[in-house]
Amino acid sequence: MAGYNLKEVMNKPERLAPGHRMCAGCGATIGVRAVLRALHEGDYAVIGNATGCLEVSTYMYPYTAWEDSYIHNAFENAGATLSGVETAYKALKKRGKLPADANFKFITFGGDGGTYDIGFQSLSGAMERGHDMVYVCYDNGAYMNTGIQRSSATPMYADTTTTPVGSQSNGKMQNRKDLASIIADHDVPYVAQTTLTKDFKDIHLKSEKAIYTEGASFLNLMTPCPRGWRYETADIMRICQLAVETCYWPLFEVDHGKWTLNYEPKKKLPIEDFLREQGRFKHLFKPGNEDLIAQFQAEVDRRWEDLQYKCAR
Amino acid sequence: MRTDVNTINEKTPHEDLTEGLMMFAQATSKNFNTGEWRTNTPVFCAEKCKQCLLCAPVCPDSAIPVKDSKRSDFDYDHCKGCGICVKACPFGAIEMREGQ
Amino acid sequence: MSKKDRMSGNEAVAYAIRQINPDVMPAFPITPSTEIPQMVSTYIANGEMDTEFIPVESEHSSMSAAIGAEAAGARSLTATSSAGLALMWEELLLAASNRMPLVLALVNRTLSGPININCDHSDSMGARDTGWIQIYAENNQEAYDNFIQAYPIAEDKRVHLPVMICQDGFITSHAVENILLEEDAAVKEFVGEYNPEEFLLNPGKPIAVGPYSISSYAMEARYNQELAMENSKEVILEVAKKFKEKFGRGFELFEEYRTEDADYIMLIMGSAAGTAKQAVDDLREKGMKVGVLKLRVFRPFPAEEIAMALKNCKAVAIMDRTESYNGHGGPLASEVTAGLYRSKVMIETVCYTYGLAGRDFTVETAYEIFDELKDVAENGKKVKQHRYIGLRSKERS
Repeated sequence: MAGYNLKEVMNKPERLAPGHRMCAGCGATIGVRAVLRALHEGDYAVIGNATGCLEVSTYMYPYTAWEDSYIHNAFENAGATLSGVETAYKALKKRGKLPADANFKFITFGGDGGTYDIGFQSLSGAMERGHDMVYVCYDNGAYMNTGIQRSSATPMYADTTTTPVGSQSNGKMQNRKDLASIIADHDVPYVAQTTLTKDFKDIHLKSEKAIYTEGASFLNLMTPCPRGWRYETADIMRICQLAVETCYWPLFEVDHGKWTLNYEPKKKLPIEDFLREQGRFKHLFKPGNEDLIAQFQAEVDRRWEDLQYKCAR
Repeated sequence: MRTDVNTINEKTPHEDLTEGLMMFAQATSKNFNTGEWRTNTPVFCAEKCKQCLLCAPVCPDSAIPVKDSKRSDFDYDHCKGCGICVKACPFGAIEMREGQ
Repeated sequence: MSKKDRMSGNEAVAYAIRQINPDVMPAFPITPSTEIPQMVSTYIANGEMDTEFIPVESEHSSMSAAIGAEAAGARSLTATSSAGLALMWEELLLAASNRMPLVLALVNRTLSGPININCDHSDSMGARDTGWIQIYAENNQEAYDNFIQAYPIAEDKRVHLPVMICQDGFITSHAVENILLEEDAAVKEFVGEYNPEEFLLNPGKPIAVGPYSISSYAMEARYNQELAMENSKEVILEVAKKFKEKFGRGFELFEEYRTEDADYIMLIMGSAAGTAKQAVDDLREKGMKVGVLKLRVFRPFPAEEIAMALKNCKAVAIMDRTESYNGHGGPLASEVTAGLYRSKVMIETVCYTYGLAGRDFTVETAYEIFDELKDVAENGKKVKQHRYIGLRSKERS
């Protein structure tokens, strides 16, 4: 990966305006800003959005935070809605109803609720049909907008409001769904998993590739939620770093079927380092729960090995 | 017809609201002051800043303006005081102070 | 010049879609409307039209994509029936609240359960309060004519609401009848070009669609929707007038068939109106003064106009092809009687539920109903105000 200079990239005009109502320290808008910075200057964009924190906070009438055209329709249909927008672009271009030099890109954002769960069918359909668009899941691992309920993106043993830790419960019983692999199995041209890293190079290059690869692309973007994960807002970059260094959240891409690992930690950190920072895993550190952490570690290891195998082919 | 956000508020009669509550405008949220939410405030120390810009992309509120590869002071109308930038700065050029 | 042909209701609507050649059509198949997207796809495959067709994975997505396309500035439509309409229910509300002038070709079919593919109006009646204009056809000709009028109504600045063009499943959608088709150029000219003022794909003029709204704005927005619905009445009539001037076939909010001096009127919607008219002709032969009020436009609801049309008769049979499960009557029963009361037209009414899930509605049934109305008005016969017709029962009806 080359051709990235943070200081140049930061000169680009901001495409997400301030004044939105996301919580202080929200990871989602950091991610959205990074994705939008990958748009080339002069290109127009239509932004889609599934119902969720990002939507209710960035377009609360009459205040839109978006510099580009924006459409929110409902919770479960961001994929289908943007399919319609992208197809309209094709139709209007074909019929000469848009200026020939007006170049539009289509990016939709959905949380893990709107993407992994309720909007999964709509996403799958849009990907399979191959619309020229990017679907970005800002994955914060639970339904944060409604108050931290578990989703299929929630990691095992997380304490959420529908998998509360109690005398009979250690939190969520199931492992998280590997959505990036599932979308890669749709055989779309480009799928990548990324998060917020120090210089934002990984997310920038992947966003640029996703936006400028013809056809359907998918980005799975981990954006921590300080409320749901229970950490100090200032610590977000450290949390993301630990997710990568423990291989909980590996950075990889699948470009036209070719799997590539974009970062391999020199020394894979134990999963405790990631879990310890977050209140939602506090119970795992009580005496007697060592086996739960061991199980968590085993699952991380298994997935990491599987990913390495895919990337070695 | 383009929408002037200043003509819409909670007293606006129904006739003057936009059709379908669409906004024929962009980035009107700039008019909404989220700086009021702040309980702690980051303070920029220009003399310590090396202009590495690692603070600029981590802001969830686009409140660190960058021009010609240089950051300037915070947009306090919108900074919510989360403190992410303080930890992102390798040079101690941002300090967190209590209060607004 | 009109051209005589023979075709089914689905063919007629697909033919109109080809003539209008809208920009985008997402659709998902469901009996009995499946033929419409099939035929459109075939026209496209053969180069007879160049609408962008999106073969979506569900009806929720077809309406979602239609809203996206329409917001983007494209003239859009979809087609569905029954459970398909039920699945897109949430999106029907959004199409209307976002003020999207898109069109839905609805082929009426009953809702489950039990699952059944035949006609009644439970699908569109279930969607009656979603903010859509609803126009019903008696036959294939009307389905064709109504469809051609749909975009001029929806896209009028006074309206900007979605329009549902309804025809009865199988009875109209699949039965082949004679039809007059208009020339492509004439239809295109009548419908006109779609040039929205603001849209997502307007370069350099971004817009935002679908906000979160605090309660300070949401109620005003709903009222604006209601006003647009009220405005649509005059637009529907204006468009009908222009249609008559151009193509010769006239339409109103409802059709009054031999009602002028009628003592007994059957108020009915959709294909069964044809049966009712036959019964009226037969009974008129025998000297009974009867008529039919065939409702064409259910949304907006012409309550006062209906009351005025009924005010001189002795009794009216209000015919619902759906059930409201309220122990009181179907949607037509409720709305017509409320309209009569408001206009202080105190005639006898009997509310009948008929034809559910494809149950036949026959001329003989219509005779019975008119006889009963007469019995009620002249002899003071006491009947249940809400009753089923054509139902097997141990009780004599």
